[in-house]
Amino acid sequence: MERDLFVAWFEEATRLVRADRDRLTRLDAAIGDADHGTNLDRGLTEVLKELAGSPPESGAQVLTTAGTTLIRRVGGASGPLYGSLFRQMGKALETPVTLAGFAGAFEEGVVAVERLGKAVLGDKTMVDALAPASRALALAVRDGAEVSVALGQAARAAQEGSKATIPLQARKGRASYLGERSVGHEDPGAASAALFMAALASVAG
Amino acid sequence: MVGVVLVSHSAGLAAEAVALARGIAGADAPVAAAGGMVDGGLGTSVDVVEAAVRSVDRGAGVLLIPDLGSSVLTARLLEEDGRIVVADVPFVEGAIAAAVAAGAGAPLAEVLEAAEEARTFRKL
Repeated sequence: MERDLFVAWFEEATRLVRADRDRLTRLDAAIGDADHGTNLDRGLTEVLKELAGSPPESGAQVLTTAGTTLIRRVGGASGPLYGSLFRQMGKALETPVTLAGFAGAFEEGVVAVERLGKAVLGDKTMVDALAPASRALALAVRDGAEVSVALGQAARAAQEGSKATIPLQARKGRASYLGERSVGHEDPGAASAALFMAALASVAG
Repeated sequence: MVGVVLVSHSAGLAAEAVALARGIAGADAPVAAAGGMVDGGLGTSVDVVEAAVRSVDRGAGVLLIPDLGSSVLTARLLEEDGRIVVADVPFVEGAIAAAVAAGAGAPLAEVLEAAEEARTFRKL
């Protein structure tokens, strides 16, 4: 049951990334190397193939399989970064999955991304969407919110965090070479992170 | 001997940097290239890097020298404390310094130190 939910998350994320592939690539063309949409679409397609080929037994295994596949199959920075997020979440997630357990595992995953990329909030990276989502989830857990409410709040926080990257100057990644010229563009990594959170809210909401 | 792996987005760049480093350090220096994706395209592949690490791992440790971006991230995924270490150094100069030190039989800490010194070499 919970395994199916996590598989559904990746199916929905793949659908959303594919539908938004050209927008992600346009965002990346403005300040990056114009491959984020296609890279992520290709990586997630491999994730779905892997999940269908050797169905994992638990939600945690779905996450580790997805993370490992993204690390192996995506040649750009999003592979190691998203790969670390999901692999660390998979390691930390305990069965049976509760909202509090999920929020804790998500937070550990976000910390793994921050460590690997040495990025902090405000650097104009996927962390700007992931960290607010993690905080929203933790607050929702504290307040005893329903799963659908908590995940909805996390998705909104990620979306707002992504939009908030527009006026920022990039301090990490290829966009940082552009200096002030990176200002005025939404970060593609933050935008795709917001899609992942929207996908989760949509399947578990 | 310590192994050295040059990790680049480009297979050609990694291969030529290895050729240059071995030309200067000596053909016996265990330096391997890990550039590009499995299909040869631009990018970084953890499988390609892992295979390169295995090819130069003689038990004394391996130094990974990435160029930038996802090369750094992929190299860092393979770090093992005290055994597989990522150097934050200029790609070409660091590779040559590391290859020379490794070829001379220096331990991992000294190979890393030699590579890091390359950061401060002035050209003018």
